Amino acid sequence: MSANLSATFYLISGILFILALRGLSSPETSRRGNYFGIAGMTIAIIVTFLSVGNFGTGFIYVLFFLVIGGSVGAIIAFKIPMTAMPELVAGFHSLVGLAAVFVAISAFLNPEAFNLGVIGNIKLASLIEMSLGAAIGAITFSGSIIAFLKLRGIMSGAPITFKGQHILNLLLGLTILVLIFYLCLSQSSNIFWSIVAISFLVGVLLIIPIGGADMPVVISMLNSYSGWAAAGIGFTLENSALIITGALVGSSGAILSYIMCKGMNRSFFNVILGGWGATDQSKSVSSKEQKPVKSGNADDAAFLMKNASSVIIVPGYGMAVAQAQHALREMVDSLKKNGVKVSYAIHPVAGRMPGHMNVLLAEANVPYDEVFELEEINNDFANCDVAYVIGANDVTNPVAKSDPASPIYGMPVLDVEKSKSVLFVKRSLSPGYAGIDNDLFYRDNTLMLFADAKKMTEEIVKSL
Amino acid sequence: MEIDPFIFRLSIFILSIFVGYYVVWSVTPSLHTPLMSVTNAISSVIIVGAIIAALANNSENIFQTSNLFGFMAIILAAVNIFGGFLVTQRMLQMYKKKKK
Repeated sequence: MSANLSATFYLISGILFILALRGLSSPETSRRGNYFGIAGMTIAIIVTFLSVGNFGTGFIYVLFFLVIGGSVGAIIAFKIPMTAMPELVAGFHSLVGLAAVFVAISAFLNPEAFNLGVIGNIKLASLIEMSLGAAIGAITFSGSIIAFLKLRGIMSGAPITFKGQHILNLLLGLTILVLIFYLCLSQSSNIFWSIVAISFLVGVLLIIPIGGADMPVVISMLNSYSGWAAAGIGFTLENSALIITGALVGSSGAILSYIMCKGMNRSFFNVILGGWGATDQSKSVSSKEQKPVKSGNADDAAFLMKNASSVIIVPGYGMAVAQAQHALREMVDSLKKNGVKVSYAIHPVAGRMPGHMNVLLAEANVPYDEVFELEEINNDFANCDVAYVIGANDVTNPVAKSDPASPIYGMPVLDVEKSKSVLFVKRSLSPGYAGIDNDLFYRDNTLMLFADAKKMTEEIVKSL
Repeated sequence: MEIDPFIFRLSIFILSIFVGYYVVWSVTPSLHTPLMSVTNAISSVIIVGAIIAALANNSENIFQTSNLFGFMAIILAAVNIFGGFLVTQRMLQMYKKKKK
């Protein structure tokens, strides 16, 4: 296949990828969008086979490995519970990163195959592109592995910080750039390997100081990195499908990071530099005094909600941990039978990844037109009888609106306290991730339901 | 004077960033998780490079080091392609409208 023809096909698959993302603008068009994505990928793979034109033994092996990898991927995709999506996405990011590293290594070892010159005399531009691709890929890989371990609970979600951490990261980052410069001068393979090794280290160091609840930002950021790594390789291979995709994915991850940061009212650098929560914990503990709390049981909650005319559900990470989404849907079904109007309010950073709560609710067969974003629903709390807060905490804390000294001051929060009564399902009065006491617990119109989210919801269903 | 082809690729890259910017802002927030899994899947188009790397042979031996890295990259990318698209599909199937 001629180079021009294959380039045209790569362009087509790039456009199909754009359409795949475009489809996600609404749930109705999203499934078609996914098919566009699959079509684009199929075209890219077939065109590559045809343009390489090598259908010998190697081709059989390629198909073999494709099937092996594909089967593993398919099994994971069907088996994975929806609550584990954040880990899965982090794990997938690491694979993209490592694949980028491998392709870059391969291009460095055998530049002729990619038309990049010969060993020891690789084109300058290609050398820069492939080393950048390898470096970003390596950072994506090791960073995603750390994120995966933290999300999976294998590694503690607490931020790991030490003195001089940021200076060390900065120095290592500069070292990578200096090494790339010397790589261009010397073409030495030792320098190339050092770049890859240091980048792996940087990935680890970059993610360990970031705490568990900041994972939505981390995942989005790694998503972005995996895109930039792909684009770097795309420049090396002079392949437009890869360049387009890399740019799309890179900007997508960047926008999601921005949305997540805005949802917490923190700057991107504030999150990246990490260590939040660890420093504020002591302060909030000392100011904590015993305040009266009203607590109730499932029957009280059932009574309140049954006699309400409208209920707003506020789910958070705790719902995912307790796997309470199905019980919640059952509760809502019986409420609806009693003529209660029910809607769901989702905070942008609820859960451990963007859109996490929406997927869990969709899994439990909650229609997506009953689920609302913060801006859409926040005014409705004032006219609502009961707010049922399940597994959320910091995102409902009114202190974010009133106390400029609070670390979460300025963060957009759901105005649950404006509803006539608030039911707060929580295991204890412990503060949320940010280490800040929630004023809402002590309000007159708040009834605390101390229990596991799933158990409590099931009991409410029973007494309804 | 001739324009370096690199400039054309750079143009594609920068324009795609703009396209990405506008397209991603139009994605509804409730589909942000599928957005991440599908971007994951499409960024595995890096398999194109892996295939070239795996099949490049200038000698009889099809298992030179550079080929091996290509084969490994194929496995990784394939996990991602199939896993990414299928899990996205699975999620999107779950988004249903209210029954009237």
